[in-house]
Amino acid sequence: MLRFPRRRLAAGAVALAAALAVSACGSKTGENDTAGGVTADTSGDTVKVGLLNSLSGTMAISEVTVRDAIMLAVEEINAAGGVLGKKIAPVGEDGASDWPTFAEKAEKLIKVDRVAAVFGCWTSASRKAVKPVFEENKALLFYPVQYEGLEQSPYIFYTGATTNQQIVPGLDYLKAQGKKSVYLVGSDYVFPRTANKIIKAYAEANGLTVLGEDYAPLGSTEFGTIVNKVKASKAEAVFNTLNGDSNVAFFKEYKSAGLTAASMPVVSVSIAEEEVKSIGTQYLAGQLTAWNYYQTTTGAANDKFVKAYKAKFGADKPTSDPMEAAYVSVYLWKAMVEKAGSFDVEKVKGASDGVTFEAPEGLVTIDGATQHIHKTARIGKIGDDGLITEVWNSGGPVKPDPYLKGYTWATGLS
Amino acid sequence: MSPRVRAWLGFGLGAVVLFAAAPALLTDFRLSLLAKYLCFAIVAVGIGLAWGRGGLLTLGQGVFFGLGGYAMAMHLKLADAGEGDMPDFMQLYGQLDELPAWWAPFANPVFALAATVLLPMLVAFGLGSLVFRRRVRGAYFAILSQALAAAMVILLIGQQGTTGGTNGLTDIEGFFGYDLDDPVNQRMVYFIIAGVLLALLALTRQLMHSRYGELLVAVRDSEERVRFLGYNPANVKLVAYVVAAGMAGLAGALFVPAVGIISPALIGIVPSIEFVIGVAVGGRAALLGPVLGAVAVAWAKTALSERFPGTWTYLQGAMFVLVVAFLPGGLASLWGLVKRRREAAVPPAPPAEQPVLVKEAAA
Repeated sequence: MLRFPRRRLAAGAVALAAALAVSACGSKTGENDTAGGVTADTSGDTVKVGLLNSLSGTMAISEVTVRDAIMLAVEEINAAGGVLGKKIAPVGEDGASDWPTFAEKAEKLIKVDRVAAVFGCWTSASRKAVKPVFEENKALLFYPVQYEGLEQSPYIFYTGATTNQQIVPGLDYLKAQGKKSVYLVGSDYVFPRTANKIIKAYAEANGLTVLGEDYAPLGSTEFGTIVNKVKASKAEAVFNTLNGDSNVAFFKEYKSAGLTAASMPVVSVSIAEEEVKSIGTQYLAGQLTAWNYYQTTTGAANDKFVKAYKAKFGADKPTSDPMEAAYVSVYLWKAMVEKAGSFDVEKVKGASDGVTFEAPEGLVTIDGATQHIHKTARIGKIGDDGLITEVWNSGGPVKPDPYLKGYTWATGLS
Repeated sequence: MSPRVRAWLGFGLGAVVLFAAAPALLTDFRLSLLAKYLCFAIVAVGIGLAWGRGGLLTLGQGVFFGLGGYAMAMHLKLADAGEGDMPDFMQLYGQLDELPAWWAPFANPVFALAATVLLPMLVAFGLGSLVFRRRVRGAYFAILSQALAAAMVILLIGQQGTTGGTNGLTDIEGFFGYDLDDPVNQRMVYFIIAGVLLALLALTRQLMHSRYGELLVAVRDSEERVRFLGYNPANVKLVAYVVAAGMAGLAGALFVPAVGIISPALIGIVPSIEFVIGVAVGGRAALLGPVLGAVAVAWAKTALSERFPGTWTYLQGAMFVLVVAFLPGGLASLWGLVKRRREAAVPPAPPAEQPVLVKEAAA
């Protein structure tokens, strides 16, 4: 029944494509890497930097606050004279909560705008998507969000916490409180799954029993079953790695099941001041969080940061850990550039070790070997006013250890 | 001009634009974006056949795109890792001692390449056989396609250790021995994609103009009559569905070296709908309509979001509304509309509701 009388058309096209493709072959894998290395355009009296955040899609609600914090730092630096005498010209792109779009926009910022550095990304998936782009083009990314560790790209600076600066201190705190069992609840994506793997390894070595582990799809609002399982397990605490809207449904269900912060506290690692506001303090009061910074953190640097942020974006807008880390990242880049005396990526990287900044969270120092920063871990309790107050801290900055090499229980993890 | 001459001319023009003009005018970065758009265009050609000609609202092409993409990415990841070694993410998240059995065959390039096309076709054949024989059609078929897309995303995310989870498969360095960092090789990938698109367009044209093509349109317009004539509409639809799935799989496979990533974000419900939107904007029944629509929509997305990072989604939405409201036949019907307006300048133009197909057959 099927007839194709003129096959020549198709055959011709294939032959043409093949001929062109073969004639256009470049270097093979494993040969000397001649490609990559777009140099930033710093010829004028300004220096461009890229801002890569999701301004649309599910992640926009969180990432827009990070964008605002970066803009605040840029404006402050420009008002104080810029970097190496050049004003910073920010170029914004929308990652649209879509990982391939992040990769496309990263490439655009590097190749078309020829920016000196890029600030942004939130989810681990977006970071994993842009990582090869920055490595290929030998350009710099500053990533401002706490993450699951087990990564160390030579072209990324991680200014959020790695696991030993957030999750491990959170577990240490529960252990110090005499908790013997935990239940793990998380969204179904890379961060919760990897975090829970680390938590299970920790639990095994520290006499903590993991009574259950459940994942809900990102954006899920069905928590009846999970909360019933949590309740039936009679765990002494819950470790929560849920992200975004799911927290609203989870905590409502948690409260209506009769579970309280006193009977079964929840330690959350993705709920900051901004999220507390949207979930509702009536569901969260008394619950715990693990971060490196709270709006209530004391110190002159934080007073100045909070005041400047509220003056620019509104008195009702809280500041949070990822925002602070993003704000700090711009200042750290400035300090590195000034130490290097150049915008050249390799020189900036070379100058990174030991660069410090008096940040809102306290003094932070770049660890040149891992390109992470020394940060103080803080456990906080959510108050009735929606703010989080510190109940415990690590006593000083913790050295970053993305692969948890300093922990014997973690040997099988990486 | 006879239709045959016109087809050759159009084909030649397409080849000149894709193989000479675009590489000469565009920078490496823009050319790599065009390569991505052309991958979407390949999916659109298949949807144009299945939906435009066959009336099958394929709202789950992301599944087939993903199957092809993952098959290709699995091979490239294994090739990057080297003989007997596991891909980087598996060591990181999976903590597996050895490669899962279902990954192993993808180390073979011939198997992987065949799988990029045959695997989606096989799945489409299985699903299509069940669905079309039971005379499931219309909205029910569309819902089923969407459910399949959603299920596949959940499956991929859940198996993080062996599929990369939400991250997908990324950080792909080589393409059958060629270093993808090298702009010259990126150009090669572009030429391959452009060649495949032209070849598939030629194939689809022959299919549309064959007796099978006539039958497919007949099934779309009146399935019962075709049944009374002694044909089995289920088989007719099945062929279009399987061919469209194969094209989507091939597009997914080519997308991987062009963009360097395949992830669940590209194959779920939303991207599946976006594929169909591109086809609707371009005009689903014409041969070139879906291609133009897919490229135009993808290009507009890039251009608008670069220009207006904060508000581009509204502009994109407005564009869809305008096209659907004022140009139901899609961009491809614009030419016919203009021509008719000019010919019938005195009496008002007839409504544009007429199926595009009728005009083309008369041309």
